[in-house]
Amino acid sequence: MAMQSFTTVTGPAIPLMAANVDTDVIIPIQRLVGTGRDGLGPYAFERLRYNKDGSDNPDFIPNREPYRGSPILLAAENFGCGSSREGAVWALMGMGVRCVIAPSFGDIFFANCFQNGLLPVRLPIEEIRRIAEETGASPGNARTTVDLARQVVVTPTGREIPFQVDGRKKEAMLQGLDDIAMTLKQADAIAAWKARDQAARGWAWESVA
Amino acid sequence: MPSTMFDRIWDQHVVADLGEGWSLLYLDRILVHDLSGGRAMQEVAEAGYKVAEPRHVFATPDHAVSSAPGRTAETFPVGAKLLKSLRARCAAEGVRMFDLGQRGNGIVHVVAPEMAIVLPGLTLACGDSHTCTNGGVGAMAFGIGASELSHALATQTLPQRRPGTFRIRFEGARPAGVTAKDMILAAIGRFSAAAGTGMAIEYAGSAVRAMSLEERLTLCNLSIEMGAKVGMVAPDDTTFEYLAGRDFAPKGRAWEAALADWRRLPSDAEARFTRDEVIEMASIAPQITWGTSPEQVTAVTGHAPRPEEAPDAARARNWQAALDYMGLAPGQPLIGTKVDWVFIGSCTNSRVSDLRAAAEVLRGRKRAEHVTAWVVPGSEKVKAEAEAEGLHHRFLEAGFEWREPGCALCVSANGEAVPPGARCVSTSNRNFVGRQGTGARTHLASPAMAAAAALAGTIVDVRNF
Ligand code: SF4
Repeated sequence: MAMQSFTTVTGPAIPLMAANVDTDVIIPIQRLVGTGRDGLGPYAFERLRYNKDGSDNPDFIPNREPYRGSPILLAAENFGCGSSREGAVWALMGMGVRCVIAPSFGDIFFANCFQNGLLPVRLPIEEIRRIAEETGASPGNARTTVDLARQVVVTPTGREIPFQVDGRKKEAMLQGLDDIAMTLKQADAIAAWKARDQAARGWAWESVA
Repeated sequence: MPSTMFDRIWDQHVVADLGEGWSLLYLDRILVHDLSGGRAMQEVAEAGYKVAEPRHVFATPDHAVSSAPGRTAETFPVGAKLLKSLRARCAAEGVRMFDLGQRGNGIVHVVAPEMAIVLPGLTLACGDSHTCTNGGVGAMAFGIGASELSHALATQTLPQRRPGTFRIRFEGARPAGVTAKDMILAAIGRFSAAAGTGMAIEYAGSAVRAMSLEERLTLCNLSIEMGAKVGMVAPDDTTFEYLAGRDFAPKGRAWEAALADWRRLPSDAEARFTRDEVIEMASIAPQITWGTSPEQVTAVTGHAPRPEEAPDAARARNWQAALDYMGLAPGQPLIGTKVDWVFIGSCTNSRVSDLRAAAEVLRGRKRAEHVTAWVVPGSEKVKAEAEAEGLHHRFLEAGFEWREPGCALCVSANGEAVPPGARCVSTSNRNFVGRQGTGARTHLASPAMAAAAALAGTIVDVRNF
């Protein structure tokens, strides 16, 4: 329920670029069973990130300099598809990622991001490829900035790409708001709905009473 | 104005308009399981809240429990901790829990329909992506993450944006050997794993109307593998016959009132959907996946693709990576590929009709010597029914293991796994890298196809078997 607020992040955008990256790959289920929310960072992308002997796999791009530890990840379509495990978001944040830029996202993952302060940004794949090219062209100082308040991605060459974000989610994220407290301001509306519904659909209530 | 079933259920559950397209939606039922349930209830309590409607919340441990015959809560010690916390939180909050060995225990999405916890026209959320399964009874059911689960428990509501609607009509007579699993895999193969992202799919058409309720659950189960939030089938007499008399179904006058409401649910004939597609049943053959996404699927008579024939470079790389992981050569026919493991289970295909279909294929034959074959019934109720029919004897005589209910090899969260490099024909729903265990190679298929593969020791076409 604790959300980290998000304003801007800056770093060399990590060109992961794969499509259909599922949440099983982001965090294996076995780690979720045995590890608490805050301990997942070292296991993010575990199966891709490490060699058999436990050393870092240099073929895994987020392991390479200058990308290591960068808060911005670039991916292709349908990032975070599959399981609802919020551990995927916790693991990404644990490895330092605060923003994923992809053309599309798994729906539940997308919602989970906003619950924790990880910003999912949708951009067309051509734009994402260009950011990757600009980053690759001058490794080391090729930094991308994501600015939530202004809703722009600033690429290494200084181009500004606007992105859409839901207004309600944007406010919650900028301020790090607690969803439950917000909803409970509607307590009267909830009570009124329940009273109406118990009269109209008694069967939906009696059968589990 | 004509409206869809989805619209009707949505509109009825709007508690408040939150602006900018958001609605606060009331949840009629919440389901929790061992993997996230105890933790979510713990967080709710720590934040100073209570479970808002404990009588409308149901818990069953399934993910991290051993499926070994004679298992106890402690058989898998890591899961035992999660189970303990679920028990404690359910007791503290007054939430009904179906513990191991009790009637009502089993895979959460198998239990909810079989106990009639989910009913037509209800909204239901659960911290698991395959919650869409429950739409098979005509409910609006969707999966959520851990934070949303805490919110749901503390308020019995969720802020949501209305998804688009997508209708898929399956028309015509069902060809031999084709099951609900083949229908939905074929649809995912045709439309892609992201085609329904964030949408509510309604499955319709003559072939869906002709389906049993359990088959409709299988169909809806894989909606999330198309990216969809919700999958649903309009309720009809098949639905009502299935639900009547079950544990939490309305009784007496309440049943009559419910029936009257349920008959008004189906979409109007003129209702418009954001996207509308038709699949001719005659075009569907038994399916099997070859890759590491459910969209990487083919008729069993097909072959692994050649990356050089991919539509673009990214796809070519992706296909090659999948082939490498799966240990398949480009262009290799799938029939005849050697199989090491067979798993019949999961919320997709572990109901009693699935077990009957698998047992039907056996006809007194034995599994191939080198194959390890597991049957994991979806719930205690399924297990009891199957045993009453003697199905377990038929599996045991064929050399299969007959195990205890739970998710087991579908997700490998319980210490059980397909070994690295081993090839498994599985009736579950995800063939992701490492899903059934590190390095495990998963081919998704129907229960009949899986049983046939166990007998042959290779991938075979169930129609010739
Ligand atoms: S059987 Fe598999 S897909 Fe279904 S709830 Fe369990 S882990 Fe999830």
